[in-house]
Amino acid sequence: MKHFLKVTIFSLLMIGFFAGFSNYGIPEIKPAPPPVEEKLDLGAMTPEQFIVLGEKLFNGKGTCTLCHNDVGGRAPLLERAGVVAGERLSDTRYQGRATDAQEYLAESLLEPSAYVVAGFGKAGSGDAVSPMPSVTAGSIGLSEVEVSAVIAYLQDLAGVEVTVEIPTDVQTQVSDSDAPDAAPRVALASADEVITKFSCVTCHKMSGEGGELGPDLSRIGATRDLAYLRRAILDPAAEIADGYPPIMPPTYAGEIYAGELELLVQYLASLR
Amino acid sequence: MKGVGDSKRMINGHMLYCNAKNPFGSSSVRSLLGFMVLAFAMVLGGSTDLPAAAVDAAPGAVQGAADTVPSGISAPDLTATDYPTVPGVNSRVTVWLVAQLHLWFAAFVLAVPIFVFIIEAIGMKTRDQRYDDMAYEFIKISITAYSLTAILGGLLLFSLIVFYPHLFSYLSEVFGESMFYYALAFFAESAALYLYYYGWHWLQGGFRKWLHLSIGLVLNAVGTTLMFLANGWVTFMMSPAGIDPAGVFSGDTWVAMHNYLWNPINLHRFIANIAYGGSIVGAYAAFRFLSAGRPEERAHYDWMGYNANFIAILALLPLPFAGYYLAAEIYAYSQQMGITLMGGIFAWLFIIQAVLIGTLFLSANYYLWCGMGRSDGAARYNGYIKYLAIAIIGSFLVWFTPHTLVLTNEELKALGGPYHKYLGPLGIMPAKNTAVNIMILFTALSFLFYRRSNRIATVTWVNAGNAAQLALYTTGIANLLFLGIYHGYFTNTVYKVAASIPQVMTTLIIIVVSITLDSLMYRGSREVAPLNWGRVPNRAQYALFLLAVAFTWLMGLMGYIRSGIRQHWHVTDVFRDASPDAYTPTLGYAANIVSIGTILFMVLVIFVFWLSQISSRRTDARGYWKGVQGG
Repeated sequence: MKHFLKVTIFSLLMIGFFAGFSNYGIPEIKPAPPPVEEKLDLGAMTPEQFIVLGEKLFNGKGTCTLCHNDVGGRAPLLERAGVVAGERLSDTRYQGRATDAQEYLAESLLEPSAYVVAGFGKAGSGDAVSPMPSVTAGSIGLSEVEVSAVIAYLQDLAGVEVTVEIPTDVQTQVSDSDAPDAAPRVALASADEVITKFSCVTCHKMSGEGGELGPDLSRIGATRDLAYLRRAILDPAAEIADGYPPIMPPTYAGEIYAGELELLVQYLASLR
Repeated sequence: MKGVGDSKRMINGHMLYCNAKNPFGSSSVRSLLGFMVLAFAMVLGGSTDLPAAAVDAAPGAVQGAADTVPSGISAPDLTATDYPTVPGVNSRVTVWLVAQLHLWFAAFVLAVPIFVFIIEAIGMKTRDQRYDDMAYEFIKISITAYSLTAILGGLLLFSLIVFYPHLFSYLSEVFGESMFYYALAFFAESAALYLYYYGWHWLQGGFRKWLHLSIGLVLNAVGTTLMFLANGWVTFMMSPAGIDPAGVFSGDTWVAMHNYLWNPINLHRFIANIAYGGSIVGAYAAFRFLSAGRPEERAHYDWMGYNANFIAILALLPLPFAGYYLAAEIYAYSQQMGITLMGGIFAWLFIIQAVLIGTLFLSANYYLWCGMGRSDGAARYNGYIKYLAIAIIGSFLVWFTPHTLVLTNEELKALGGPYHKYLGPLGIMPAKNTAVNIMILFTALSFLFYRRSNRIATVTWVNAGNAAQLALYTTGIANLLFLGIYHGYFTNTVYKVAASIPQVMTTLIIIVVSITLDSLMYRGSREVAPLNWGRVPNRAQYALFLLAVAFTWLMGLMGYIRSGIRQHWHVTDVFRDASPDAYTPTLGYAANIVSIGTILFMVLVIFVFWLSQISSRRTDARGYWKGVQGG
């Protein structure tokens, strides 16, 4: 009995030591809770919010930073991805079918083996096969909209023009990430309401009415395309019309909803 | 501006659906058959790792999918309300503990017949009855544990049906046929085990002994098959195969079984079970040694403990390699899963693992060093022990060093980052691999010293042989260090693991060549004096206990991570866990559950050991029976 007690106490002490070390000898890391599905109202999302969504997906659900970080060196850093995207298209090693930088970024997410950065291919593949998992299936499972948001974030991160448009034909998308808070106001339903809301005519003349601080927009659709108009609203400093001061607020990207932007742009394009 | 839709459509391919082969006909017939077989197995004490039959509690998605999409089995989309609850009972902890207890016992009862078979064969070859008696004593211990394994298997099945009926239903849909074969194999194993055990003294001598040994071989073949089948179910949950891009299972049972991680787990569990079984019977022998009153008894259990420890070490040496192979395959299957395993939320678990494996190596070596006291010739080697200890402890400390340190902001600022200038590189894989390999090598060297301690070589080339051994170990260790330093400091992360294969090969070559060389050197050697079995300090027995406790706890911990890397998925990327317990518990919490499980296991093992002893005890009930004088 004496030995039995001694052995029992010895064993319990050892178990206690292992448990104690696990509880107090190493940092307690609380794993993130399972992602919760949330509904996004894309029509009521500003381009800036869309980029913020992309950033959250990049750091969260997309698990991109598991490999694309400056600690492990497992995958290339993506700070300049938006810049180098265009250059890759003319690289001799490029195997894909993208025709512009945005398509290249999409392709690098959906079919990463189209171009593998030297030194980051699967072992033994000679940098021909990417080890990157599918981002649209399995545990990552990004939707088409979410892939767009990540691309928008990558472009913004690189400081290049964000060319991705928020898909407004999809009213509700499901996201596993922490969705950015949607603006509390109700989305405007017509171009007139948008123009009134954002006081465009304070500076611009439309249909012969309005201010003269900015260019006359009465026939703007005849000389400018949709891409220019979007860019001019979201990033007015990108191109300043001759003879006008750079006074247009750069804040509309954070205020105007994607649906509203489309209404406004389509309306402006129709002014001929 | 444009959306990515066009690009995606341009890039993505289309999915293909295959027809499932199902020799058992419709899903409902298969489910019913599976359930009947398993219920039958349970009644007779069948053991199972995972659900084995379908119940009609399957949610619409599964049953519906089976009915309307004959080409595949869809995982149901569950909500928290789909998981039955029992007031006051935590579903996950219940299944966790029962599954782990079942696994511990299953590992034990599968491992013991493997080395019993080998010991019996050694006894036959040497005609030394001590081996035969020891083999019988080992199997006697496991026979009681076998029933307990089966009871725990039944309990696991029951708890899965109660708490996770939809998961149970889904897996039984996928694995219908293998469940059937599992039940059949269980009957075969029971028959073989009972024949092997109860026929031990009957099947002795000549052809009968050969027949008995053959039954042992059948027992092991069937037992290993059983484990492989159960491993298929477990690994399917980790790395499902036969799943199309839509998440529908469209393969057959073999495809599901033969998934990516099946063989790595098979190999790892097979080796680990042997080491574990050795450690448990070692604890048994240690306790009997401590309780023994007579010198012959102490000598017997000392010998038994030595053999058990030998088995445990023999299996422990290749275990890190098998573990590495498993981890590499996890990376190959899913880099995301691999990083979660080693570099993500579970990264610190490997520091706990280092403590435990360090404990295993140190206690196994310590037992060997104490055991050298049995020999009168061991004094020649005593001086080297401290160097072995320093090398093993030094390696342990390297292995134990984390890459990322826990620091305050001030410390971070002072250090210039989370990685220590000198210690940081010790935390990465090339350094840890180097440390493990050196630990293994020095353990092998301990064993070599133990073997030599009571013998004097008589061959003429002793000095040349010793010089060759020295050169072998020196160049080998230098190679290990070179590989570790080169890949640790001069290559990028992707190629750092490339050191592991040449390091493993170096270690294996040194062990094989040195043991071969030593066997040749000590052929026809002289014994210093007969070994004094029983002349070993009591504290050596505590090393055996430590081995068993650390092994049990370590298995529980690694069970947590094996299951945990699926995170919030029942079946990775296919069947989402929507239960309230879908979150990954912290390491501390897991350690507490593992500790509770270890204590429960130890209590049950003590009960099993006690049962195995009372069968040979007799009470003199003089005067109790009519007409019997007693005595």
